[in-house]
Amino acid sequence: MLLGLAAPSILIIIAVIMIPLGWLFYLSLIGKGGEFSLVNYQKMIEYKSYARVYLTTFEVSFLTTLVCILIGYPLAYFLAQLPQRMAGIFMLTVLLPFWTSLLVRTYAWLVLLQKKGLLNEFAIQIGLWETPVKLVHNMTGTLIGMAHIMLPFLVLPLYGAMRRIEPDLMRAAANLGAKPVQVFWKVFFPMSLPGMVAGSLIVFVLCLGFYVTPAVLGGGRVVMVATQITAILENQFNWGAASALGVVLLIATLIILYLAGRLLKLDNVLFGRN
Amino acid sequence: MGFWKKPASETQITHGDRLWLYVVALVIMLLLIIPTVIVVPMSFSDSQYLEFPPSHWSLRWYEEYFDSAKWIRSTMTSFQIGVLTMLVATPLGTMAAYALYVSEHRAARTIFVFLITPMIVPVILIAIGTFYVFGQLGLNNTIGGLVLAHTSLATPLVMIIITAALRTYDLNQERVARSLGASRLKAFFLITLPQIRFSILTAALLSFLTSFDEVIISIFISGGVNATLTKQMFSALRDYIDPTIAAISTIMVFISTTLLLATQFFKARQEKK
Amino acid sequence: MIDSSKALPIVIRGLTKKYGSLYALDSVDLDVSSGEFLTLLGPSGSGKTTLLMAIAGFNRPDSGSIRFGDTEMILAPPHRREVGMVFQNYALFPHMTVAENIAFPLKLRRIGSKESRQRVDEALSTVQLSDLGGRRIDQLSGGQMQRVALARAFVFRPRILLMDEPLSALDKKLREQMQIELKQLHRKLGVTTVYVTHDQREALTMSDRIAVINHGRFEQIETPQAIYNAPANPFVADFIGESAMLPMKRNSSGDLFYQDLLIASGYSELSGEEWLLVIRPERLFAVQDSTPASDQTIIFTGVITEFVYQGETAFALVSISDQHNLSIRFGTDSSGSQNLMRNGDTLRLGLKRSETIIIPKPST
Repeated sequence: MLLGLAAPSILIIIAVIMIPLGWLFYLSLIGKGGEFSLVNYQKMIEYKSYARVYLTTFEVSFLTTLVCILIGYPLAYFLAQLPQRMAGIFMLTVLLPFWTSLLVRTYAWLVLLQKKGLLNEFAIQIGLWETPVKLVHNMTGTLIGMAHIMLPFLVLPLYGAMRRIEPDLMRAAANLGAKPVQVFWKVFFPMSLPGMVAGSLIVFVLCLGFYVTPAVLGGGRVVMVATQITAILENQFNWGAASALGVVLLIATLIILYLAGRLLKLDNVLFGRN
Repeated sequence: MGFWKKPASETQITHGDRLWLYVVALVIMLLLIIPTVIVVPMSFSDSQYLEFPPSHWSLRWYEEYFDSAKWIRSTMTSFQIGVLTMLVATPLGTMAAYALYVSEHRAARTIFVFLITPMIVPVILIAIGTFYVFGQLGLNNTIGGLVLAHTSLATPLVMIIITAALRTYDLNQERVARSLGASRLKAFFLITLPQIRFSILTAALLSFLTSFDEVIISIFISGGVNATLTKQMFSALRDYIDPTIAAISTIMVFISTTLLLATQFFKARQEKK
Repeated sequence: MIDSSKALPIVIRGLTKKYGSLYALDSVDLDVSSGEFLTLLGPSGSGKTTLLMAIAGFNRPDSGSIRFGDTEMILAPPHRREVGMVFQNYALFPHMTVAENIAFPLKLRRIGSKESRQRVDEALSTVQLSDLGGRRIDQLSGGQMQRVALARAFVFRPRILLMDEPLSALDKKLREQMQIELKQLHRKLGVTTVYVTHDQREALTMSDRIAVINHGRFEQIETPQAIYNAPANPFVADFIGESAMLPMKRNSSGDLFYQDLLIASGYSELSGEEWLLVIRPERLFAVQDSTPASDQTIIFTGVITEFVYQGETAFALVSISDQHNLSIRFGTDSSGSQNLMRNGDTLRLGLKRSETIIIPKPST
């Protein structure tokens, strides 16, 4: 049967994704002594530190998404107005970071944001501030790094959505009397919203589970779920706690995606992206 | 000055009116590129400390890298895993893409979403999950384990790329070939495959990159002799800031850029047809 | 009801638009009188859409002038031109309802919501879509979208209306119905209308005048009857209606001959040795063997190469020389005499001299 061709892929996904996730779920229900219990989940509700971890995670994700929207929308708009060929060339500035290892990019920000780093020196030179500001090993550095890493995830689907807006709609609006600014806000922007929401969702969900960048740029001060999970495993080897955290993260992710899927047709986003 | 008076869009707004947009976009693009390529000049700095701009230039970090058995071994490991991932994920993803695109079965949609899940699940969970399961099976720190894990990340990517390529391709050609006597397999290989070959090449290169650049899963399930380059880099970043990382990063940027430009080249060739 | 307020005339002089080295419009002149329905007719790439877009302000011509009445509009941006426009794919705003689409130009002109609602309702009833105000665009059929696009284009009472092949996406039956409705609408609104199409039948049906355009230049601008009966050159003759074209030579006395058939006389004053006889197939009639040619009738003798009986009509392709065929279609009668015609039979075709169309053969 034709669908049999998809079987090897299905097997790999089951082996590498489904089964481990299943185990994690199972492990989260095992208490200290090896018995079934909900103690891991109970601890999460009791210990304030866990709540703070989730708060931080959502905070970082939300802020990163916001920054990405503010920076990414103008960029996507600019690219969508260019003729195809030129857009392809400028798009490389989005694709290159996208396809460069995030370690490289994180490392670059580590260097750039230091006290003696480029950003501080540049800011002092143009008079933005006088003494070097602590830009790394804190929330600021984390946000900057994550925004940089996540930006392509917003720009690509948004760009795709913008390209699909019929040019005649802009002409019709202008012909009917709308000034260019009005054409943008009354016709173009509303029609680009689904793409923007889709991209924002991707960014938000990716941020939730992110590890490397907050770990390196946060300097231990920005504790997100992924960092917490890793710490628990490294220090206590407490699979129960770690997997419980992970399961909650997974469920939160799925809920958000489900709600979003109801609002949009995710198909268009997935297929339109590449 | 004629350019600035020319209309820039359907509303006939001029380029001049839009200057602010062009400046903003330019700044953003610079902000995207600079952190990506700044490692390049940094790697030629002579200093022990991370500094930019470098006060003295030298190739010492490259020497450190090429002289270090550890770094070279991990690079080779990453390459090996990358190539193997590419060789496994590309056919698997292509087959899945084709099957799901052509099939009229009700389940096709569901299977497609199922195969996308590695992109939806937070990678940290895949990392610790496989860490645990592979630990039980003795697959941790093995090439095979890593290839398996990376393939699960790369296959959905290949699938999406090939599906997009199939959408722009006229499937009737295959039907014609089959009416002329070719089996479905032959029709695919003789008619369809050559026409989407550039997309397949792109998917292959990107699955290599996905594996080569992958960090989180590698941190967990690679180690010892079979540590990946990224794992070693991460450890180096966390424990002591070794400027050799700048040299390695440069090499990685170089690889990414080359492969990316290759895919752009392929895209251009594909669209010329 | 919509009052047929003043319409504006359009005056175009020397309009040129180049794309690279290609002239999309080559110094064209055009006058559209107030309230007229003028069709720009031509094949794809002829420049008709470029001209329409120039009038609407969506491209900037390289030189020339476009006046609406007395006002020069060539530099005016599209949102200040006050022309109603219907696009080929309707360009309805998908994120708005039907009523919101139609109200859009009114809101931009700061017309209050009460009056706006009234005018929208009026417009909807004019296009016979009275109850569809609340519908979303994706719930409409092609014909309904067409009407909404129309309503949106005239609701703000523009004095010029532009239409870019608005019926091309509709099926034949709906298209013919809409042609009639558009004509009625035009009569009711009294608005100057410029209509673009490549369908010559549509142009003949709807227009007060037709401007035939090719390669960025006007070939002929006249009423449908004039264009049909007296095409100015082979392009127009060929583009409008079916026709056969026979080459003619002029002798020293000014007579025009097709081979050795005398077609017309009195052409000694005009220049040119070579001429074309344009024959509209419906002007040909079958002639009895015994009837001679006369002053009023030309007779072509030929051999039937294809004879097709089609029920209420029969079609015959008649070869009158090595290179030329004439086609004739005629109604069948109950005696079935046409049934007796077969390939290879000789057939004589008559053409009244008064119905010949003679044009000079252009030097290529």
